[in-house]
Amino acid sequence: MSNVFTLLLVREARLLFRRPAELANPLVFFAVVIALFPLAVGPESQQLRNLSPGLLWVAALLAVLLSLDGLFRSDFEDGSLEQWVVSPHPLSLLVLAKVVAHWLFSGLALVLLSPLLALMLGLPAHCVPVLLVSLLLGTPVLSLLGAVGAALTVGLKRGGLLLALLILPLYIPVLILGTGALQASLQGLPAAGQLLWMASLTALAVTLAPFAIAAGLKISIGE
Amino acid sequence: MNWTWFHKWGSPKWFYEMSGRWLPWLGVAAILLLAVGLAWGLAFAPPEKYQLDSYRIIYIHVPAAFLAQSCYLLMAIAGVVSLVWKMKLADVALQQAAPIGAWLCFVSLVSGAIWGKPTWGTYWIWDARLTSMLILLFLYFGVIALGNAISNRDSAAKACAVLALVGAVNIPIIKYSVEFWNTLHQPATFTVTGKASMSADMWLPLLISVLGFYCFFATVLLMRMRLEVLRRESRASWVKAEVARLSGGNR
Amino acid sequence: MYFESFAEFVAMGKHGAYVWSAYGITLAVLALNVVLPILARRRYLKDEARRLRREEVK
Repeated sequence: MSNVFTLLLVREARLLFRRPAELANPLVFFAVVIALFPLAVGPESQQLRNLSPGLLWVAALLAVLLSLDGLFRSDFEDGSLEQWVVSPHPLSLLVLAKVVAHWLFSGLALVLLSPLLALMLGLPAHCVPVLLVSLLLGTPVLSLLGAVGAALTVGLKRGGLLLALLILPLYIPVLILGTGALQASLQGLPAAGQLLWMASLTALAVTLAPFAIAAGLKISIGE
Repeated sequence: MNWTWFHKWGSPKWFYEMSGRWLPWLGVAAILLLAVGLAWGLAFAPPEKYQLDSYRIIYIHVPAAFLAQSCYLLMAIAGVVSLVWKMKLADVALQQAAPIGAWLCFVSLVSGAIWGKPTWGTYWIWDARLTSMLILLFLYFGVIALGNAISNRDSAAKACAVLALVGAVNIPIIKYSVEFWNTLHQPATFTVTGKASMSADMWLPLLISVLGFYCFFATVLLMRMRLEVLRRESRASWVKAEVARLSGGNR
Repeated sequence: MYFESFAEFVAMGKHGAYVWSAYGITLAVLALNVVLPILARRRYLKDEARRLRREEVK
């Protein structure tokens, strides 16, 4: 069974690398949104530093959300999703592999890009580890929750905006914990509490979300 | 245990007949309870010590907030029933409850904002309860939008069931995280009317009003569900007979 | 009755505007929630009766 998991992971990776532009798009979006804020609120460094936890998290959240819109689309259109549903392997395991692959190549890249943008916003260097850990724990939750919405809307012609409407309210706990951790470390307080809470959210999402994604995909295919 | 009562709910015809019998009673109960509760609260209850008469908004604000939350719970339960037992009536209940829940959420937000002006001096503050309520409203919007976007009736209902369940799992997490966020950013200086200090002639009308809102919700939900059952079963002979009877009476 | 006069009841001790607007909006929304299903039902019955008649003619 784990064999299927790795096979699927490799397949996804190969597919993703065939279209590197699609991998880069969320990253560029992340950078552009971050660049918009100094232009909107002014280049004053103190203010930017205070706002930076929120800015980074909101931008990361939107970038993940946008990258998820097409998560199941091509598999839906070429019929491989139907193959998955009728295959003897549990669908929840297959979708977990799919989401993990997606996260490895878009979520992780986002995490790696974030310190650069954080330093540009004036976040002190001692906060960068907390930023990295919080994003590392938080982006999988974003990917998994977003995949639930993507699964439910994959059959719809214009699912993008609907996906955002469905999923953004569910992102709020991650947003609060992530910015809370960063804010704490910005004020020199320990951020371990928020990070542990975030880790429990990650564990919860990894265990429960695949079943919801699988149920959503079955419904979308049945239509 | 005897499960026949449960299987009866699988029959739309049985539901239509039974609900037709309950509806007048529920409607009358809703009107009576609301009239008594609100009139008592508005005119007979003593004023609150600090907020004086503006606290009378509590008699609509709290029941609406209660109902908005109960309604989401009902939707989640209906979602489980729909996904596990494939009961069509649960689908109907889920989708018809969503707009009512959204309206009640809206009522509790607006009445809370209006109440906030004399109490806090501003219409909106990012208080934990108000913010959670706003997020709940967004969750309702999500369910309604998803139901509207999917054209196939059965898949729409099932998709809404999944979304309602995911939302229901998330609601406690959202609630706690919002409370955490609130303590982080503004120390809780204002707690909304200490309920412990309410005397009996203040909370009794509140209780009656809450019951009235529940009856009102049940009435509207049944009305909407009955119409939807007719729409879904429009090919069945009993629906045709019912339509002929009702439209014949109207002419 | 807690209030001394009807005028006092309307004034709600300076908070009349808030209390009455909150109650007004709430009752309007509740009424809307009752009226809309009733109208929808009436429209449905009319359309459905017409459809059934057409089918009978065929």
